[in-house]
Amino acid sequence: MISAGLNAAGIRADELRERSILAGLTSPSFVILGLLLFIPVGWLFWLSFIEQDVFTLENYARMVTEPAYRSIFMTTFQLSVLVTVLSVLLGYPVAYMIAMLPPRAASICLTLVLIPFWTALLVRTYAWLVLLQRRGVVNTLLMDWGIIEEPLQLVHNFTGTVIGMLHIMIPFLVLPLYANMRAIDRDYTRAAASLGASPPTAFWKVYLPLSIPGLAAGTVMVFIICLGFYITPQFLGGGRVTTLSMKIQQNVATYFNWGAASSLGVVLFVVTILIFWGFSRLFPLRRLTEVGGS
Amino acid sequence: MTTAGALPITVRGLERRYGRVAALDGVDLDVAQGEFLTLLGPSGSGKTTLLMIMAGFTRPDAGSVKFGGVEMVRTPPHKRNLGVVFQSYALFPHMDVAANVAFPLTLRGVSGAERERRVKTALDLVQLGDLGARRVDQLSGGQRQRVALARAIVFEPGILLMDEPLSALDKKLREQMQIELRHLHQRLGTTIIYVTHDQREALTMSDRIAVIDKGRIQQIDTPRVLYEAPNSHFVADFIGDSAFIPVTVSGGVARWRNEVLRLPRPSADGAYLLVLRPEKLLLGGGTDLNGIDAEVAEIVYQGDSVRIDVRLEGGDLVTLRELARAGRIAALPAEGSRIRLGLDPADTILVPAP
Repeated sequence: MISAGLNAAGIRADELRERSILAGLTSPSFVILGLLLFIPVGWLFWLSFIEQDVFTLENYARMVTEPAYRSIFMTTFQLSVLVTVLSVLLGYPVAYMIAMLPPRAASICLTLVLIPFWTALLVRTYAWLVLLQRRGVVNTLLMDWGIIEEPLQLVHNFTGTVIGMLHIMIPFLVLPLYANMRAIDRDYTRAAASLGASPPTAFWKVYLPLSIPGLAAGTVMVFIICLGFYITPQFLGGGRVTTLSMKIQQNVATYFNWGAASSLGVVLFVVTILIFWGFSRLFPLRRLTEVGGS
Repeated sequence: MTTAGALPITVRGLERRYGRVAALDGVDLDVAQGEFLTLLGPSGSGKTTLLMIMAGFTRPDAGSVKFGGVEMVRTPPHKRNLGVVFQSYALFPHMDVAANVAFPLTLRGVSGAERERRVKTALDLVQLGDLGARRVDQLSGGQRQRVALARAIVFEPGILLMDEPLSALDKKLREQMQIELRHLHQRLGTTIIYVTHDQREALTMSDRIAVIDKGRIQQIDTPRVLYEAPNSHFVADFIGDSAFIPVTVSGGVARWRNEVLRLPRPSADGAYLLVLRPEKLLLGGGTDLNGIDAEVAEIVYQGDSVRIDVRLEGGDLVTLRELARAGRIAALPAEGSRIRLGLDPADTILVPAP
C-alpha cells in the first residue's frame, strides 16, 4: 500500500533515484554481456540444429554413433576427473597450511600460489614443455641422480597434459578453500580436542566437514575449467590427447563445420550448467557464507 | 549427575612470553578440589593465557600445571580430560544439539542407550531437554551457551574451564546465567576456573577470585575480602567504583589534610590512599563516623539510585550513591551546598600509595 503520509512522496522519490543510479552503473556490463555473450551463444545454439536452412539432429546423433566422439568424451572426462582429484590431494594441504600460518606469512605464501596464476597460460605451458621434454631439466636431473636410466616420456602424452593442467588448476582449488578455512574459528578444533578428540579425529570429524563448502567450490571450479580446457592439452598432449575443446577447434578451423562445433559447445555448456545446479543443490550458498561464522 | 572426581589444581612458576612482553611472569596458584575460582583482570593481563595453558592450547615457556597431583604441562589437550566452555561457544555447526553433546561420549566409547541417557541428563540439567534435534543455527545465544555447557560437562570432567562464557549475552540473560552457573556448580561440585573481565560477574559466582595484572596474580581471596580489604591501588581500582585520596599515617594516626581518620586496624607509618566507594559514603556525619567536608557538585537521578558527585577540599571529585527511596530523595541536599560526609571506620580502607 502506498503511503500518503508526511513526506511519503519525497521519500519514495529518493529511493527510486538511488535504485536508478545503481541500475545505471550496472547497465554497461549488462549490454556488453548481452552483445558479446548471449547473442553469439544463441547463434551457435541455432547453428547446431540447422544444416542448409533445415532443422536436423544430425550433429547430436553423430556424438552417439561415432566411436571417435565417444573416445573424445571419455578422454575429456578422465582427464578432468584425474586432474581434479590430484588438485584436491595436492591443494588441500597447501590451503590448510596457509590457513594455519600467522597473517603475514599467510599472505606471502598466498602470493607464491598466485604468481603462477598471474603468469600467462601460454608461457607456463611452454615452460612445462621445456622442463618435461626428453632432454629437459626434469629428465636430466633424474638421470644425474641415478633414479632412472633412460629419459621418461613426460610430455606429448596424457602424463604431460595432466602435469601441466594440474599446475594451472591448483590455485583455483586453493583460493576458495583457503577463504573457507580462514573463516573456520580455531575454537572448533580446540573444542574438539578438549572434548577428547586426537588431532586426526578432530580433523576428520570437525575440520574437514567445516571445510567441505570451500572444497566443493574449488573442486567444481577446477572440474568445469578442465572440461573446456584447450591450450595445455593441445601443447603438452602432442596430438595423443584429444579433448572436447580441441575437437571443437578442429571442426571450425579444419573442416569449417560450424554445426558440429556448435553442438559440442552446447553439450559442454549443458553439462557445466548441470554440474553447477547439482552443486548448488548439495551445498546451498547460504551454508557457504555461514560456515565458521557464529 | 554429579562429578565425584573433582580435581585440585596446582600451578607453579608458570612463564610465557610473547616477544618482549611477559604474558605470564611466574604464576603460582593453588585451586582446591571443587572450588569455583575466577581469574579476573583487564584485557592483556594474562588471564586468558593462563586458562589456555591449563587447557593445553598454549605452551608455557616454563612451569608446572598439575591436576590432582599429576603433571599435565606436556600432556596434549585431548588427554587432559577437561571441560572447556569457549567465549564463541564453538558448537559444531554440522551437528545437531544432541550430536554436539554426544561428541565427547562417542570419543570415549559410550554408545547406544547409555549415551542417549547421558545426553538427555546433561540437556535437562541446562534446561534444554527437548531441543536435542535442533540445528545449532536455530538456537538463541543463551541456548547455545547452555548447549556448550552441557557438552563440556556430559563426560563428567573433574575440571571445568570457562573463558568469558557469558560475554556475548545481553545484561539480563547474563545475570540470570550467573546465578544458574552458581547453582550448577553447587550441584556438580566440579572444580571450575572461570575467566572474566567483569568484576560483578566474578563477585557473584566465585568462591575465590584471583586478580591478575601484567602477568602476575596481584591478590587472590574471597570476593568479600577482595572488595573490603584490597591490598593495592590496582585491586581497589579494578574491583568496585572507587575514588582515591592521599592519606598519611604517622605515629599511628591517619590524617587526610587536618581530618583524623579512625582505622579498622593499625597501619604502619607511610603514604597511603584512602579508598572511597559510593555505597560506603554517608550523607551527614556522626560521632562514631569518620567525617569529611565536601560541597555537592552534581546530583543525577539513575532510577534505582541517585548518584551524588561531591567536591572535597582541594578539588578531588568523589561519588556517593543513595538508594532511590522517597524519603531519601526528599532529604537530598541542594547542588552547591556544603555537607559533611560520614565514613564508618570499618569501611575506611587504606591501600599503599603506588
